Amino acid sequence: MKLSFEKSVAGRRGNFVPPLAVPAVPLDELLPAALQRATPAALPELAEPEVVRHFVALSRRNFGVDVGFYPLGSCTMKFNPKINERVAALPGFLDVHPLAPAETVQGVLQLLHETERLLSTICGMAAFSLVPAAGAHGELAGMMVIQAHHRAQGAGRRKVLVPDGAHGTNPASAALCGFEVVEVASNPAGGVDLDDLRRKVDTATAALMLTNPNTLGLFEDRILEVASIVHEAGALLYYDGANLNGILGRARPGDMGFDVVHVNVHKTFSTPHGGGGPGAGPVGVAAHLVDHLPLPRIVRDGDVFRLEGTAPRSIGKLLAFHGNIGVLVRAWCYLRAHGPEQLRAISGDAVLNANYLRELLRGAFEVPYERRVMHEFALSGRRQKAAGSSTLDIAKRLIDFGFHPPTIYWPLVVEECMLIEPVETETKETLDAFAAAMLQIAEEIRVNPEFVHAAPHTAPVKRLDEVRAARQLDLRWRATGG
Amino acid sequence: MSYQSHGPDDRAAMLARIGVDRLDDLFADLPASLRNPPLEVPPGLTEPELLRLAGRLAARNSAADLICFLGAGAYDHYIPAAVGELAGRAEFYTGYTPYQPEMTQGMLQAIYEYQTMICELTGLDVSNASLYDGASAVWEALLMSERHVHQGRFLVSRSVSPLVRATLRAYASAADFPVAEVGDPLGALDPARLEAELAAGASALVVALPTAYGELHDATALAELCHRHRALLVVIANPLALALVKTPAEMGADICVGDGQPLGIPLQFGGPFLGFLATTNALVRKMPGRIVGATVDADGQRGFVLTLQAREQHIRREKATSNVCTNQALMALRATIYLTLLGRQGLRELATVNLQHAGWLRRRLLALPGVSALGEGPHFHEFAIRVPDARGWHQAALQAGYLAGLPLAEWEPELADGLLLCATEQRTRAELEGLVAVWEELA
Repeated sequence: MKLSFEKSVAGRRGNFVPPLAVPAVPLDELLPAALQRATPAALPELAEPEVVRHFVALSRRNFGVDVGFYPLGSCTMKFNPKINERVAALPGFLDVHPLAPAETVQGVLQLLHETERLLSTICGMAAFSLVPAAGAHGELAGMMVIQAHHRAQGAGRRKVLVPDGAHGTNPASAALCGFEVVEVASNPAGGVDLDDLRRKVDTATAALMLTNPNTLGLFEDRILEVASIVHEAGALLYYDGANLNGILGRARPGDMGFDVVHVNVHKTFSTPHGGGGPGAGPVGVAAHLVDHLPLPRIVRDGDVFRLEGTAPRSIGKLLAFHGNIGVLVRAWCYLRAHGPEQLRAISGDAVLNANYLRELLRGAFEVPYERRVMHEFALSGRRQKAAGSSTLDIAKRLIDFGFHPPTIYWPLVVEECMLIEPVETETKETLDAFAAAMLQIAEEIRVNPEFVHAAPHTAPVKRLDEVRAARQLDLRWRATGG
Repeated sequence: MSYQSHGPDDRAAMLARIGVDRLDDLFADLPASLRNPPLEVPPGLTEPELLRLAGRLAARNSAADLICFLGAGAYDHYIPAAVGELAGRAEFYTGYTPYQPEMTQGMLQAIYEYQTMICELTGLDVSNASLYDGASAVWEALLMSERHVHQGRFLVSRSVSPLVRATLRAYASAADFPVAEVGDPLGALDPARLEAELAAGASALVVALPTAYGELHDATALAELCHRHRALLVVIANPLALALVKTPAEMGADICVGDGQPLGIPLQFGGPFLGFLATTNALVRKMPGRIVGATVDADGQRGFVLTLQAREQHIRREKATSNVCTNQALMALRATIYLTLLGRQGLRELATVNLQHAGWLRRRLLALPGVSALGEGPHFHEFAIRVPDARGWHQAALQAGYLAGLPLAEWEPELADGLLLCATEQRTRAELEGLVAVWEELA
């Protein structure tokens, strides 16, 4: 499909620039000629009807959870309620300047304060900050809080422990605070190897970062032991909330002994992922860490709310303003739509769906861990690989059936891994259809692996050459032969 | 409310297939002492109840009705209806990061177009796919500089927004890099005074175009000076100003960052906004965040993929160029649609209306008794003035329905009698004259 730039015709344009409201002054008087740009930015020139068709055409070459099943492991692609979009579009939330005086923004401050309280209750933490803009940003904020805590104790703790199955953002976030990252091994049951943990935790350890249920969808059933090992060494326990959906309302990170938590509202709390963002990654802490939370803090004095911009022990500001508020408004909607039983029902059906789908697939694909799973599960495509088709081939063939592929080749601890997260908003019929497609693909691999290797067959493009993209960099269009 | 799809029969059939009697059996791995804690959250609301409650809260944000002369990093621009309609297509906004390119060509192509537009605006060679916001993008630019220059120290002009400088302080403190603030809030940074700081070692200098106080300064001499000392120049730019102003690339900047909020993104009490980052070809492999590249498919047809992923956290873990995973893709899409609707001519016209509106307001206000300039400019759509009683003037305007800028006492004690004002294309003649009339009464 052509780029907008390739559809451009000189002189065409949209029509929303208002006329000058004041008498014009010669441009050079306002902006000296030496400070003017030499050539205009070469934006494409299209009339509005063509612009609309261009982006509608692009949208039709894209896939979202409203289009079909999206079992992307660790990403919790659940239904995005439409009422949340309507609420976020209310002018009272949309057209509010972040530096407007507090007395003119009481409604949004109340909403944010309430969101902090609800997340604190659900996670069992003393307080939350809504500032971080994404999960990885929440991790970074959490690691900064942990660093501030140890600095305040006068302890130079420089090590952060991360399990080998952790999200890549965990070690990357720790490294941004100057921590040395030390990997902790998994045991054969897919959990943290407690002996390895005991060997590696010491007085230089700042924290252990853990995802629970972990990245294989397995609940770390010895979590209380893990917490005591970490705490006895004077280190803190960090909860990566990417998988909170699996235990929502049924267990709380705070009760497990976690000191710092981040949640991904674009996963557990249904805010749309926007084709890559924006999300929001609120960070919650136990009582002894509240003073270190990022700025600004939302303060309630009786029935009046305000933003507090200074606090001596805070890690400080992480963004110019207060966070991805538009995303948090949607999360508030989701939180207020669900009472206690409804929150538990979310994790109930998420776990039911994962276990059910695993039963449907276990005959054809290798199951690496024979344990009850939570909201997601890993399969290995080893058997299929031996027959001539890799996990990548399976993923590409799924596209032909109208399903988004699972997360593939991750976590690294499972060979030819497929991480499948079916989420609670999917029907039994959808899971059955997905399983039927997977079984058909397994059969195709047995009889005709070449066909699977050439997939996708029905997508707008054939399989794309990612190696070429990285070797012959083409990151922008140019008029001459872009 | 509930968004689950199962009926009771479904659940029973599925449990039977799994081979357990009750749903709770699936949660047997949760230690009993932790299981099913009391949850003190209010009862769930139905959709109409939720909308009523949200409506009541939204109505308590009277800021939405104020006539906005406040900028300071978040700008009130008109957003054409098509931006929301198109970015609101479910295929876009309910998608995840485009990990499977054959299924997500739409978003990938849009981001490739976005990257091209950011390159056109800044004059630089390459752009990434977005970062969280302008302030955090500055920190990412400094980390990039550090990976290239390795001096372990940064310089930032005091004319850069205090909101950005505070953000840099937080990240720099965590990473244990000193950040030295140089120069004065107003006026251009003096190269002679900068020289010693650069000689002491710095990986980068950060300046803003325009400054936090709205002034536009040519950074060409600063770029030369930085390069003589092997430091990089990072320019924070307002993307709309770049429609008219000499580009960061023409000035010799190595990295240009900023917030794309002015490009079709609502104010939303401060977010989600759009961090952009562009740089030279020489630094492309040191860029943080997602990057989209063009390639070909098995038939030789053009297509788009996420590329240079070997820099990223999911591959490189603690050695990655940044920890960014989720970015602000939908905001980048909004900016792309907005700029496509404007086009080459429209962009210049829009920027010119902003420039003229602010210029008119500044001239009128400077003509009032007791009002004087804070900074000689030139300015784009924002400027600072000194008034007899900044808080009093701000409050009087608020009573009359105007959000009349920012009293600078909140930012710089030495500018305590200052007001920072912005006039975009949104402001009508009546609104511009209205604000002047309120203050004429006080002057």
